[in-house]
Amino acid sequence: MSVTIQDVEHIAELARLEFTEEEKGKLTAQLNSILAYMEQLNKLDTSAIEPLSHVIELSNVFREDVMKPGLATEDALKNAPAKTEQFFKVPKVIGDR
Amino acid sequence: MALWNERYEPVIGLEVHAQLLTESKAFCSCSTHFGADPNSNVCPVCLGMPGVLPVLNHQVVEFLIRVGLATHCSIAPRSIFARKNYFYPDLPKGYQISQYEEPICTNGFVTIETDDGKRKDIGLTRIHMEEDAGKSIHDQDADTLVDVNRCGVPLAEIVTEPDIRSPREAYLYLTKIRQLVRYLEICDGNMEEGSLRCDANVSVRRVGETVLGTKTEIKNLNSFRFVEKALEFEINRQIDLLESGGKVVQETLLWDAGQGVAVPMRSKEEAHDYRYFPDPDLVPVLVNADWIQQAAKALPEGPTGRRDRFVDEYMIPKYDADILTSEKSLADYFEAVVTSLRSKTVENFKLVSNWTMGDVLRVVNTDKVDVAKFPVKPEDLGEMINLIADGTISGKIAKDVFEEMLTSGQSPKAIVKRKGLVQVSDAGAIEQMIDDVLMKNKGQVESYLGGKVQVFGFLVGETMKATKGKANPKIVNELLKKKLESMKP
Repeated sequence: MSVTIQDVEHIAELARLEFTEEEKGKLTAQLNSILAYMEQLNKLDTSAIEPLSHVIELSNVFREDVMKPGLATEDALKNAPAKTEQFFKVPKVIGDR
Repeated sequence: MALWNERYEPVIGLEVHAQLLTESKAFCSCSTHFGADPNSNVCPVCLGMPGVLPVLNHQVVEFLIRVGLATHCSIAPRSIFARKNYFYPDLPKGYQISQYEEPICTNGFVTIETDDGKRKDIGLTRIHMEEDAGKSIHDQDADTLVDVNRCGVPLAEIVTEPDIRSPREAYLYLTKIRQLVRYLEICDGNMEEGSLRCDANVSVRRVGETVLGTKTEIKNLNSFRFVEKALEFEINRQIDLLESGGKVVQETLLWDAGQGVAVPMRSKEEAHDYRYFPDPDLVPVLVNADWIQQAAKALPEGPTGRRDRFVDEYMIPKYDADILTSEKSLADYFEAVVTSLRSKTVENFKLVSNWTMGDVLRVVNTDKVDVAKFPVKPEDLGEMINLIADGTISGKIAKDVFEEMLTSGQSPKAIVKRKGLVQVSDAGAIEQMIDDVLMKNKGQVESYLGGKVQVFGFLVGETMKATKGKANPKIVNELLKKKLESMKP
């Protein structure tokens, strides 16, 4: 598997990152060398092994359905670079999802 | 308009998001209460702050098992959560916690009844747990405003197979799902408040074709009527396109209810590549046979089962049973009235049915009251029906008693006593009144005797009027007939 410059552009787009052409080239090479290193894992036969989703052997960690007060609105908005008294403010998003 | 039902067959699949009726959110203890002040039900977990750890609400799993069992799904012995990654301002973490590879419920079905009375199973691919996103408000400010209250509110996403063949079937399926989640008491089914939301996948193909056509997805369907309308619009659009030699492009459309059209989302907005992967913060959920058995035991009777039982047990018509079981609260009310009947006869069951479907439901609909909080308590309505059944009051007087119960909240016995509404069944007293009426209406009596039998009704009415409606109408009828017959020459 090898990464192309288009892959890097796609991932950058999804991560909302912008790169110069030079950076894109550098990242493509870096990602490829990381993946090549990981390729070594493919030498192992994993056909009889269940895919692992969690490293620790824990399951069924629950909390009871009990409501507790959270943060005051003022505190919740404290870190926001733009806000009104009650809302977070972000640049206009056109349309809806 | 294209002739879609003749030459083309629509293929529809629906995704329903049902907001679960928990007290607290899915992964933190914040309130799920609708209508709270913006950004007041929030904490570091649902705000997506660094270093926090989500912990799953036990009730969410309980609810999913419940809806899974009620829709004949397999409940997965092991299920896991996944992160669905995308950037949008109403999603502070940059990902939504959902289920992808191992959802909790799979392979179920929901049975709908089509308009011609046939039953049809709509297959369910899966039902999984996920969290809701927040709310973006675009029209109150030059910028977009974000309210995070809804972030982390638990949802069940119910996904059908492409088994639905018309907008009408889609409507019937949604009605059924709404009824079901309300019966199961896992969701209030309120589409206006967004507790039940629907997206539709739709494609068309020539009748007889087995390969699926290219589909589009329609979002923003927040009422049952919109779903039907939007599907009709989109099916016709696709057929027109194919008929004129065009091709359907796979895309996401937004339903614009104001214009009555589905408009494509910008391609950039739908450029989704969610890069799902197992959420390392949440451990697997294991559901063993014991848990499932317990949930099955606690499962409330479903609407269809209850309807069939009403027909068997109370011998009421299927039509009545359908209406009475449309909502769990109404069915509960009906059965509570039945419980307080002194004489459990089929006639009385039908009386209860008539009063519940008629007068109770009329008030519920016009005054928009919750059946569970109906001003006339079921035991009082039962007592009133007892009074009708034992001849104390007539059905007509009962209407007045019912109105009085609605406004005063008094017991029917007290009302009947206070207003002197006891039915007159004493033949002697009624006969006297009949004599008076006949005296006052000699002309009518003569025309009756002369063969104009329809005057009889008028004379009954006059007698009832003379007794202020309190006379037993059956006895009035009998005595009047006898009297008139004896006057015949």
